[in-house]
Amino acid sequence: MHDSHEHEHEFKIPLGPQHPALKEPESFSIALKGEKILGVDIRLGYNHRGIEKACEERTFLQDVYLLERICGICSHSHSTAYVQAVEEIAGLAVPPRALYIRTLIGELERVHSHFLWLGVAGHEIGFDTLLMYTWRDREIVMDLLAQLTGNRVNYGINTIGGVRRDITPEHGKDILAGVATLEERTKYYIRIATEETTIIKRLSGVGIISKEDALRLGAVGPTARASGVDRDIRREDPYAAYAEMDFDVITDDHCDVYGRTVVRLKELMESFKIIRQIVAKIPDGPIAVRAPRKIPAGEAFSRYEAPRGEDVHYVKSNGGEKPERVKVRAPTLANIQTVKHMLRDRFLADMPIVIAAIDPCFSCTDRMVGIRRLDGEKKEILGWESLRSFSLGWHRARGFDVTVAEKKLHQLMEH
Amino acid sequence: MNALFLILIFPGFLFLALFGLFAEFIDRKLYARMQNRQGPPWFQPLADFIKLLGKEDIVPDEANARMFRLMPLFALTAVVSSIIYIPLWKTGALYSFSGDLVVVLYLLTLPTLAFFIGGWYSTSLYARIGSVRSLTQMFAYEVPLFMGLFSPALLADSWTLSDISRFYIDHPTYCFFNLIGFGVALVALLGKLEKAPFDIPEAETEIVAGTFTEYSGRLYAFFRLAIDIEMIVGASLLAAVFLPFGLKDEAAIGFLIYILKVVLVVFLLTLARTIFARLRIDQMVKFCWKYLVPLALLQLLIVLFLKGVLLQ
Repeated sequence: MHDSHEHEHEFKIPLGPQHPALKEPESFSIALKGEKILGVDIRLGYNHRGIEKACEERTFLQDVYLLERICGICSHSHSTAYVQAVEEIAGLAVPPRALYIRTLIGELERVHSHFLWLGVAGHEIGFDTLLMYTWRDREIVMDLLAQLTGNRVNYGINTIGGVRRDITPEHGKDILAGVATLEERTKYYIRIATEETTIIKRLSGVGIISKEDALRLGAVGPTARASGVDRDIRREDPYAAYAEMDFDVITDDHCDVYGRTVVRLKELMESFKIIRQIVAKIPDGPIAVRAPRKIPAGEAFSRYEAPRGEDVHYVKSNGGEKPERVKVRAPTLANIQTVKHMLRDRFLADMPIVIAAIDPCFSCTDRMVGIRRLDGEKKEILGWESLRSFSLGWHRARGFDVTVAEKKLHQLMEH
Repeated sequence: MNALFLILIFPGFLFLALFGLFAEFIDRKLYARMQNRQGPPWFQPLADFIKLLGKEDIVPDEANARMFRLMPLFALTAVVSSIIYIPLWKTGALYSFSGDLVVVLYLLTLPTLAFFIGGWYSTSLYARIGSVRSLTQMFAYEVPLFMGLFSPALLADSWTLSDISRFYIDHPTYCFFNLIGFGVALVALLGKLEKAPFDIPEAETEIVAGTFTEYSGRLYAFFRLAIDIEMIVGASLLAAVFLPFGLKDEAAIGFLIYILKVVLVVFLLTLARTIFARLRIDQMVKFCWKYLVPLALLQLLIVLFLKGVLLQ
């Protein structure tokens, strides 16, 4: 039972869909009492693009490029997870050199993603200097990626049966030089994150999730590892060239945002180790095998350790040119459940950094449009047509007729 | 006529406004350079101000329009009037009377109150949280700020700013006894100006722009100008009380030294903003009462001791 006096001081503030703390539209409705958070209501669905459905309308090869565009940060993760599944169905033996190149790009992507995250985390706690520094250093790895693949973000290096571009010894030199600089910078950031008082004050003890809760809620990646869950797909179910790599899985038992920061920073050091091994050990040979246009009937399940955690792709083929079903489970979908838990009894000021600490990628996560009726608790899923008529009616009820505006626009266009 | 010139042009409103915009440029440029960025050109704050003047003023439907419109001017008036009592580059201020130090501190409190009322009456949730935060913060930094500034006054045996600076001109070495007070006042000034690590009332990633969320156009421009001038007035106050150098020199040299002193204080404020993360409001209040107030008390003890020993 609520004390009526207490109830008076409770209010709800919206964080999102448009808010400076969020880089993508997502809605968090926070029940507050003073500065204390009483409860959080998370609503997904602002970024849904129907990619899984679109995959069924395109050929297996076209899907590589479509799936790469699920996320702007872990684009290589999605395309690799997908091609691995397709290759498994088709029974293709991917040349080792191609696997090494995939691993290399994957690790460079992890470096750029973790640097980006560190900057965002700094910004969320009002430490913009960290943002400016890390994003400046991130340019080194972005330049390397551009040099190796031709692109800074959507690398387009994967193809079914291998990779599309080879790396030369000159590339190897540039990579080593870049990695040396980045390693120095990372050591500096580790020092800052573990020694600077205001950073520690804002990070430690914030967003706590115990090991049991992390397992129960299915957390993955650095979020889980910072709670002491020793789990990394690269070691447990090695794909690409990870079986031949020597690296440690970083875990931490702080269980808070500070732990997640430390895990990500130390993972950077492991990534540099892996990149050096790849440059040293990369075998010679072809970089791709020819893939058939029609993939034989079958299904496959592929796991990939993206910078944010385990990325899962499921592909089913019916023997045609197009997949029958593609299913993506991005790491953020696994982690978003923990956010609500982490925010219990915290302060409003902790909200941005706790959300940011799972390194959310909402465009990866968004699933469908669910409409919650205002008059009751009944939920329903609307199709495109009914959604459109719902929207028209909603606007008309507020004195704005979209169809009239559309007609006017068409008339204007014709003139 | 002369009084009008003093109030409106020099060293009144126009001079303060231009100097305030210049200080904002110094702040932003230093901040950018220390972050390895290019930073804005020198006219950027002025250009921003002019641009904001040309924008539409939007008053929220549910806001109390009169209070909403009045508060920026209220804040601006308060800070501009307080400069009259502060000695800038001469030992005497424009006007002075016994106890004007208290009046200046009181006038410097008014902008915070204006932020609170403006934010509260704009009825936006973000603005209300921001305004409550700025009031909470005020109760934390105000006491150490007052105590930090009162100890040099105690040593000088006067509550009049002009007398205080005259005293320290005559006894230049005495100002080194007030170094702790200077540090305390500087940190408290960070809180007053709502700059990182104490920019909690306008924490962008939490509550959008806090108090100023609903402000736009001219009203916002005047709020920003008020903050810029508050920075100048705060820096001048600290310079007058803690750094009384060059007040006896020729007017031109004294003026130059005055500018340098203000820029030095602005630099220290910018440095703090560059190297610290934003604290939470509970951490901020705890910090002020746990560290700043005891330090200010220590300063008072030192001054009382000195008064007993030196000035006998």
